[in-house]
Amino acid sequence: MATTADSFQAHTEDHAHDADHKPGFFARWFMSTNHKDIGTLYLIFAIIAGIVGGAISGIMRMELAEPGIQHLQWWAQFMGGSADFDTALHMWNVFITAHGLIMVFFMVMPAMIGGFGNWFVPLMIGAPDMAFPRMNNVSFWLTVAGFVSLLFSLFVPGGTGPGAGTGWTVYAPLSTTGSTGPAVDFAIFSLHLAGAGSILGATNFITTIFNMRAPGMTLHKMPLFVWSVLVTAFLLLLALPVLAAAITMLITDRNFGTTFFDPAGGGDPILYQHLFWFFGHPEVYIMILPGFGMISQIVSTFSRKPVFGYLGMAYAMVAIGVVGFVVWAHHMYTVGLDVNTKMYFTAATMVIAVPTGVKIFSWIATMWGGSIEFKSPMVWSIGMIFLFTVGGVTGVYLANGGVDDVVHDTYFVVAHFHYVLSMGAVFSMFAGFYYWFPKMSGRMHSELLSHLHFWGFFIGVNVIFFPQHFLGLQGMPRRYPDYADAYAYWNEISSFGYMLMAASMIFFFVNIVYAFVAGKKAADNPWGEGATTLEWTLSSPPPFHQFETLPVIEDHHTAHDHMSKPQPA
Amino acid sequence: MAGNVNHEYHILEPDIWPFVASVSALTFTSGMVLYMHEMASAHLVLGLGIAGLIATFFGWFAKIVKEAERGDHTPIVQLHMRYGMILFIASEVMFFVGWFWSWFDFALFPSELSDVVGGTFPPAAIEYVIDPFSLPLLNTLILLCSGTTVTWAHHSLIHGDREGLKKGLWLTILLGAVFTAIQAYEYAAAPFAFGGNTYSSAFYMATGFHGFHVLVGTIFLIVCLVRTYKGHFTPRQHFGFEAAAWYWHFVDVVWLFLFIVVYIWGGWGAAVH
Repeated sequence: MATTADSFQAHTEDHAHDADHKPGFFARWFMSTNHKDIGTLYLIFAIIAGIVGGAISGIMRMELAEPGIQHLQWWAQFMGGSADFDTALHMWNVFITAHGLIMVFFMVMPAMIGGFGNWFVPLMIGAPDMAFPRMNNVSFWLTVAGFVSLLFSLFVPGGTGPGAGTGWTVYAPLSTTGSTGPAVDFAIFSLHLAGAGSILGATNFITTIFNMRAPGMTLHKMPLFVWSVLVTAFLLLLALPVLAAAITMLITDRNFGTTFFDPAGGGDPILYQHLFWFFGHPEVYIMILPGFGMISQIVSTFSRKPVFGYLGMAYAMVAIGVVGFVVWAHHMYTVGLDVNTKMYFTAATMVIAVPTGVKIFSWIATMWGGSIEFKSPMVWSIGMIFLFTVGGVTGVYLANGGVDDVVHDTYFVVAHFHYVLSMGAVFSMFAGFYYWFPKMSGRMHSELLSHLHFWGFFIGVNVIFFPQHFLGLQGMPRRYPDYADAYAYWNEISSFGYMLMAASMIFFFVNIVYAFVAGKKAADNPWGEGATTLEWTLSSPPPFHQFETLPVIEDHHTAHDHMSKPQPA
Repeated sequence: MAGNVNHEYHILEPDIWPFVASVSALTFTSGMVLYMHEMASAHLVLGLGIAGLIATFFGWFAKIVKEAERGDHTPIVQLHMRYGMILFIASEVMFFVGWFWSWFDFALFPSELSDVVGGTFPPAAIEYVIDPFSLPLLNTLILLCSGTTVTWAHHSLIHGDREGLKKGLWLTILLGAVFTAIQAYEYAAAPFAFGGNTYSSAFYMATGFHGFHVLVGTIFLIVCLVRTYKGHFTPRQHFGFEAAAWYWHFVDVVWLFLFIVVYIWGGWGAAVH
C-alpha cells in the first residue's frame, strides 16, 4: 500500500498540477471547493430529503385512504407524545408541515439549483468553477444545517404535541400564540439557515454567470438552462431576505414581546401573509424555472433542433421572474382584500400565463418537424410539458379572485400546485437526472428501467392528483386528516395512486445501482448531434478541474444554435 | 492548484471554514431556541455557537486577506468580489424592505380594534415619541459626515497618501462609534419600552437591525484600518477597503430612510419627549 501511495504521490508531484488530482475523502466531501463535488453533495442530499418528504406523504395518503382517524394516534405515541386525540391531530399538522418544508427547501431547491445548477452552469458557460468556490460549500452545508434544525423540531414540543404543526407557510397566529413550544422556533431557524445558504448561492450564481462566460459566449448565446438559473438566482436574492424579515418578526413576537402579528398590540396576521407571499410567490417560480431550463435543453437535444424562439424563451423567463414579484396576494383572496385589490391581482396573475404559454408553445414548436428520439430524458420532458400545462390551466382558474373564493383551501388547490410541482418540477428533475447522469457518473443508466420508472410515476401521480380536483370542487378542505364519507371514493383512489408512484421509485433506485455496477461506460456525448452545449465536449465524468484553457465560442458555433453550424450537403 | 492553467480565475484548495461556519450557525440558532425557552445549557450552546461564528469570520476573512496579499486576486477575481458585494447589499436592502413594510402597514392602517393603538399612529399607548430633531438629527449629521470621511480615506488611498487614509479611517470609525453610543443612549432614555404595540415593535426592530449593521460596518472599517497599518492596500488594488466603504454608504442610506420615515414621518403630530 505504501508503495502505491508513494508512487501516487510521486506521480502527482510530477504532474504537480494534474487536472484530475483529487483531495482525500474528508477534504473532498467536507471541505469541498469544487463545483461538481458540491453539486453531487446537493443531489445526494436532495435524494435523501426526497425520500423523507415522500415517505411523509405516504403517511398522509395512508391516513386519508378512508374516512376517520386511522393511525395518527400511533404516530403521536411513536414521536414521544401522548396518544390523546389532540396530539394525534397535531401530528397531522406536523406531517403536512414537514412534507411541505422538506420538499420545497430541502428537495426541489437543492436538487435544481444546488445540484444541477452547480454541476452544469460552469460547464455550460465554459468556466473552470464557480466564482466563489468556498462560499459555494457554505451554501450547501447551511442547507444541511437547516434540515438538521427541522429534524430537531420533531423531537421537542410544538403545539399540542411534538413537532412544528404550522403548515409550510408558518402563518401567525398558529405559529405564534397557537404553538408556543420550541419546535416552531427550530423550524423557523431552519428557514433562516437554509435561506442564508440560498442567498449566498444566488450571489455566487449571478456572479459566475455574469463574469465567467467563455470568450465569445454573449448573454444571448448562453444555454437556456443557464438563463433559467440566472433568473432564479435573482428571485432568490430579492425574495428570501423578505422572508427572513418576516420570520424574524415571528421569532420576536413569539419570544420577545413584539406585536407585529398580534392584534392585541395593533399587529396584523395579514401582514405576515403579505410578507410571506411576497417571498412565497417568487419561490414557486424559483422551483420551476430551472426545470424550464432543463426541459429546453432536453427537448432541443432529442428533437435534434435548436430551441424554437431562443430569445423569446430567455425573455419569457425574465418576464415570469419580474411579474412573479407583483402577484403575491392571489394566495390571499379570502382574507378580506379590497375588491379592487383582487381585480389587480387577478389581472396581474393572468398576465403570467402569456410568457408561460410562450414557453409551452415554443417547446412544442421545437419538437415540430424534429427528428425526435424518445430517450428517457425526452419522455420525462414530454410528460412534464403535458402535466405542467394541466397545472397551469387550473392556475388560470385559480388566478380569478371570484373562482378562488369558492375553491380556496380545498383539494382543488392541492391538485393544482402538485401538478405544477410534483409533475412540473419533479418531472423536469428526473428528466435532467437521466439527461445528465451519464455525464456526471460516466455510466449509462438502463433505458428500460427509466422508461418503467416514467410510466409508473406518470400513471401514479395522475391517479393521486387528478381525483383531487374532483374532491376540491366537491368542497373537501385542505389540511384535515378526516373527511365526510362522501369524499371516500376519490380519496381511496388517490391513495392507490401513491402506492403506484412509490413502487415506480424502485426502478429509479435500481437503475442507479445498475448503472454503477453494470452500466456501460458513457461516451463524451451519449446523446448525439442534438446535444450541442459545452458539457458534452468534456469527458464523462469531466476532469476534476475542467477548462484549464478556456473554450472559445466562435460566431458560427453558438451554444444554443447548431443550425448555424455548416450543414453537411 | 492547477498547472497548465490558462485562465485567471481563482481555483481554491479544500477548506474547512464553510463546514465550521454551518455547524456554528446551527449551534447558534439552537442555542437561541434553548435560551428563548429557558432550557438546559442554553448559555453554553449559545456561547459555543457565537464563538464558532466569530472564529469562522476571523479565520475565513484572514484567508481571503492572505490570498489577496499573495496576488491570487487577479482583475477578474476582483470583479467577482465587486459583483458579490453589490448583490449582498441588494439582498440586505430587501431585508430592510421587510421591516419598512411592517412600519408602513402600521402607520398607514393603524388598528381600530386594539386598545393600545386606538386607530391612531403613533398608537395611543405611545405617550411621547423621540424628538427627531434632537439626537436623531445629530446622528444623521454624524453618519453623513462619516460618509465624507470615508471618501476622504478612499481619495487619499488612491493618491498614495497613507497618512490621509489612516486619518480618514480613524475619523470614520470614531464617528461610527459615536453614532452607536448615541443610539444606545437614545434607547436607554427612550420614552417607550420595547414591544407591546406596533410602534415600539417596528421602531426597535428596524432601528435595532440598522444599529447592528452599523456595528458590523464599523468592525469592517476597523479591519481596514488594521490592514492599513500592516501596509496592505495599493492605490490600484484595495477592494477590501472599497467593500467596507460601500457597506458603510448602504448603512448610511438605510439610516436616512429610517430618519425620514420612522423618526420624522412616523412620529408626526405626536408629543415629543
